[in-house]
Amino acid sequence: MINYIYLAVIFPLIGFLINGLFGRKIKNEIIIGTIGSSTVGLAFIISFGAFLQTLSLPVDQRANTVELFTWLSANGLNIKFAYLVDQLSLTMSLIVTGVGFLIHVYSIGYMHGDKGFWRFFAYLNLFIFAMMNLVLGDNFVVLFLGWEGVGLCSYLLIGFWYDKKFEKGTTADAAKKAFIVNRIGDFGFLLGIFLIYLTFDSLNFNEVFSKAQSLSINETTFSLIALFLFIGATGKSAQIPLYVWLPDAMAGPTPVSALIHAATMVTAGVYMVSRASILFASAPSIMMLIAVIGLLTALFAASIGLVQNDIKKVLAYSTISQLGYMFLAAGVGAFSASIFHVMTHAFFKALLFLGAGSVIHGMHEEQNIQNYGGLKKYMPKTYATFLIAALAISGFPGLSGFFSKDEILWYAYANGGFIFWLIGALTAMLTAFYVFRLFSLTFLGEERFDHHKVHPHESPSVMTIPLIILAVLSVIGGYVGIPEIFSGENGNLFEKWLAPVYEPAEQKIMHYGFHTHFQEILLMTISVILALSAIYFALYVYTKNKNIAENISLRFRKFYNLLLNKYYVDEIYDAAIVKPIVTGSEKVLWKFTDSFIIDGIVNGVAKIIAIISESIRKIQTGIAQLYAFIIVAGIAAVLLWIIFTL
Amino acid sequence: MSSIPIEYYLILSTFMFIVGVIGVLIRRNAIVVFMCIELMLNSANLALVTFSSYLGNPAGQVFVFFVMTVAAAEAAVGLAIIIAIFRNKMTVNIDEINIFKW
Amino acid sequence: MEHMQENLILTSLLIIPIIGSVLVLFFHEEQKKIIRWFGFIISIIAFIISLIAYNQYNPAEPQFQLIHKVLWIKSLNISYHVGIDGISLILILLTTFLTPLTLLSTWKAIDKNVKMFTFSMLLLEAGMLGVFMSLDIFLFYIFWEAMLIPMYFIIGIWGGERRIYASIKFFLYTMFGSLLMLIAIIWLAVYASSQTGMFTTNLIDLYKVGPTITREIQNWMFLAFFLSFAIKVPIFPLHTWLPDAHVEAPTAGSVILAGVLLKMGTYGLVRFCLPLFPQAAVHYASFISILAVIGIIYGALVSMVQPDMKKLVAYSSVSHLGFVVLGIFAMTVESTQGAIIQMVNHGLSTGALFLLVGVLYERTHHREIEYYGGIAKIVPVYSTLLMIVSLSSIGLPGLNGFVGEFLILLGSFKSQVLNSWWYTIFAATGVIFAAVYLLWMYQRVVFGEVKNVNLFQELTDMNARELLVLLPIILMIVWIGIYPSTFLKLTEVSVQTILQNVSINTFDFLK
Repeated sequence: MINYIYLAVIFPLIGFLINGLFGRKIKNEIIIGTIGSSTVGLAFIISFGAFLQTLSLPVDQRANTVELFTWLSANGLNIKFAYLVDQLSLTMSLIVTGVGFLIHVYSIGYMHGDKGFWRFFAYLNLFIFAMMNLVLGDNFVVLFLGWEGVGLCSYLLIGFWYDKKFEKGTTADAAKKAFIVNRIGDFGFLLGIFLIYLTFDSLNFNEVFSKAQSLSINETTFSLIALFLFIGATGKSAQIPLYVWLPDAMAGPTPVSALIHAATMVTAGVYMVSRASILFASAPSIMMLIAVIGLLTALFAASIGLVQNDIKKVLAYSTISQLGYMFLAAGVGAFSASIFHVMTHAFFKALLFLGAGSVIHGMHEEQNIQNYGGLKKYMPKTYATFLIAALAISGFPGLSGFFSKDEILWYAYANGGFIFWLIGALTAMLTAFYVFRLFSLTFLGEERFDHHKVHPHESPSVMTIPLIILAVLSVIGGYVGIPEIFSGENGNLFEKWLAPVYEPAEQKIMHYGFHTHFQEILLMTISVILALSAIYFALYVYTKNKNIAENISLRFRKFYNLLLNKYYVDEIYDAAIVKPIVTGSEKVLWKFTDSFIIDGIVNGVAKIIAIISESIRKIQTGIAQLYAFIIVAGIAAVLLWIIFTL
Repeated sequence: MSSIPIEYYLILSTFMFIVGVIGVLIRRNAIVVFMCIELMLNSANLALVTFSSYLGNPAGQVFVFFVMTVAAAEAAVGLAIIIAIFRNKMTVNIDEINIFKW
Repeated sequence: MEHMQENLILTSLLIIPIIGSVLVLFFHEEQKKIIRWFGFIISIIAFIISLIAYNQYNPAEPQFQLIHKVLWIKSLNISYHVGIDGISLILILLTTFLTPLTLLSTWKAIDKNVKMFTFSMLLLEAGMLGVFMSLDIFLFYIFWEAMLIPMYFIIGIWGGERRIYASIKFFLYTMFGSLLMLIAIIWLAVYASSQTGMFTTNLIDLYKVGPTITREIQNWMFLAFFLSFAIKVPIFPLHTWLPDAHVEAPTAGSVILAGVLLKMGTYGLVRFCLPLFPQAAVHYASFISILAVIGIIYGALVSMVQPDMKKLVAYSSVSHLGFVVLGIFAMTVESTQGAIIQMVNHGLSTGALFLLVGVLYERTHHREIEYYGGIAKIVPVYSTLLMIVSLSSIGLPGLNGFVGEFLILLGSFKSQVLNSWWYTIFAATGVIFAAVYLLWMYQRVVFGEVKNVNLFQELTDMNARELLVLLPIILMIVWIGIYPSTFLKLTEVSVQTILQNVSINTFDFLK
């Protein structure tokens, strides 16, 4: 099965072609949806088969390459379309195809009746194709192909309803913003790729990473490479300063938000950092930068999520925040913890988004949570699964989120220091709070909508069954990564599974001091207590005593507005960067430099010649006598000259 | 051969030529300009005959016949052109015939 | 050994359009359909012949192949000397590929003076092919000038409102550069005569003479050649003829102008400036690369704020060709390979963009972006094709643009001639800006609400003929994107040969 891994990439492409070229003619939603979902399902089966096969191999033979053909070749550069099947790429493939499959099935229900149904499934399949290239590629260029490909699909899907208004602009504006901010990150990524090629003479993962260990390359080069790659990661994975596209990306249909902007595409940056772990580990200063940015982003986004009123916006900022956690983990050297959180986050965040979609669907496209309330009795399955997801993300003991988040917090403490743990734990508290604020305002309490206008109803099975499956995964998904303190020596299966990928990096990472199991359990307990109290507090405020929330928001009016307006970051970017460039291009570059100066010179030269010609032509007066006079004068001059020189 | 020094004839010839040139350059009436051109041609004739006589070479006098023929032809054509222009522009004032002005 | 002094295939390739253009003159003006078909078939025949030439070409051999040499002007030792290497071949293929498609696209667009138009186009094709094949610098100059006149007519007769201004500007601007080049050509030939004892215009011989010219004089000769090519490419700040020419030209004219004519400038840089004057080329490389990078960013930014779609695409050409020039003067195998493939890519993508804009213009006679909006609903097939072509222009991996841009940027990053990362860093910002201007244009034209109700009546989706014109281009876009080896293999040895020659004469900068 490993040798056929490329089929897992090709099948979704075939799905894209079939639905894209013939979807309009097929018309039947069930057929289109089945084609779209089954290609991803098949990809999952193939990935799973490859996974089982890899498990059966001895540990040191678990990285295998499947080559297809040579793509780019010039001089020493030899990039092939080839796929690396190892523990990390298999993990990511399973997540992508597994969660992807569930979301495809869900979409059959969610997008029912949409006249672009076939287009939606075509784009979704194209996305899976690109994402698979990203996670399976065996060199930086195929990764970049997938990287840009998912960016394209993100653009197409955010702007899917292309004539719909969204906030101050249109969905197309949001899509364009996503693509361009991503591109800014890609600019950094490309520079990183070039520097890698310059340093290592190759772009193939195996070659680059083994040279990174064996050759002695100075740290500055590693730092620059890591920095450039990380810039790319901040773009794709929505970290400070390039996160601004993600909240706007909520303009797209909710399954898109679930798949692309929660479970898979945004984790591409984390995957990339993980894959190039040796490069990052060799640049400790950049690792610190990554950890700090991850941490700050986590806190920053969580604070914004506290006060948002659009159900999808809360989840969007939550995603940014959780991604921050993943980068925090990577930054302190806990690469497998970051991937672990990618996995659990995929489960519960996709579930949260799909549940939100179910609510939006049932509430006839209303997205403002202030207009929800008491939906528990109308949508019991959505309610139950949403609750499970909320508990998971809050780190409720025993659920998947608890294990992954706690592992991150522990490593933050162990490798980073107390302050890292503290801010991380604080953010966890905020996470629990905003999620349960969302939960309470949506499902509990009194109904704040008009029964005559809106008839909330549960979603059909094609939508609720994926919810249930994801809920199960959110519960049990963490057990593969139980920390050693609970499960003993052979415990953390997940970490052991991924360890060979990170071994070279591990050697370079400094471990701070010595830590005991006691400390680990203590910290764990504290964060659980914080989480539980936040949950309780949120439930209390938003079901029993809303006044507390209102009073606080009034007392801290300025701060509240700051949060509500997302710290005005978009406005700042617009004024400082976008407007100057656009206005500058128009007024200074085009109108002035190009039209006035450069073209002015060109036309000016023509004008000067015309002026000279004009004045010279005055000699032609048309009066024959003047011509005769000139002839005579000329002859006289010549004669005189001859006479005087002879 | 004759007792009149050659310079006298040549000076007369030059004088006639200069009068002719000035006339061509200054006079406004096209017919007068043609007369001055004839005067220039005749001054050349005079010079030719003078040298022919003083050097004893008949070639000069023969050449005069050529000059006179050419002068006659040129006068005929020129006057024909003047008449054609006059029919169009009703004037023979050169200052007003500046059709070639660019 | 493949050199045959009497290989006739290239000459036949050249002759066919010339004969075709003369034969066209014998038709009556009313037989428009026949004339159009005739022109189209002639260009298809030329394409087939070029494929045969491709077949005969051996990519592994570094010398010029398929040579045909006939002594022409004995006293000056000027011959009719044609031959190709990988670089010429790929550009010849581009020319013969685009010309039939261009002619096909004018079926409805050009209605008056169809005879003259077909005549001009065929003559233009002959001129372009001649430029790419000439191995005698005098012959090259003749073809170079020859293609100015048909282009002048095409813009001036069938163009837009300001066509006379645009065509005269184009003609005089280009000719000015060419005259300087003529001086340099004569100077070079005379210099060669002082070295070898024989006045020669044979490029292969001059390749041996060129590098021996003293620095001072070589610099001047280089600049003379460079100026002419720089105007053609165009390199900032000599680009202002381009927006006017492109906008005012008819669609077919723009396609050929952007698709092939601009490549003649970059081809000249590779064929003449680098091998004939290597020391000067290396000396000026940094300066030229700075101009190229400025062109990339400037072109993109000015493109962004254009209200007219054609002008937007025209300025985008300045931006894209900045990449090509950077690739050439970075002088690494990767970057020069990238530059050449990018020449082809630009011809395809920008040609397609102009064709698509032309499709809209044919129906509504409006090019302003303001006029459109929301056309996705009305013309979905068109919108899809426009998206694919825009993505190709943006450089999305998987499509052709990425291959060229990636190789160019990678090559210039490690270039020892340029020896600085900053060129690449600034040039790479071009990828951001390209996305900005194209997506913004796309969004304003295709997405959103239909603001202009006239569009419902005026716009119909692509008809079979238009699809027939665009689909081959899209096929090539995808082919070059996924499997560029076919094309990269063609030019690799030629590029290496040229760079090795430069390197031998200057310093060893090839790794």
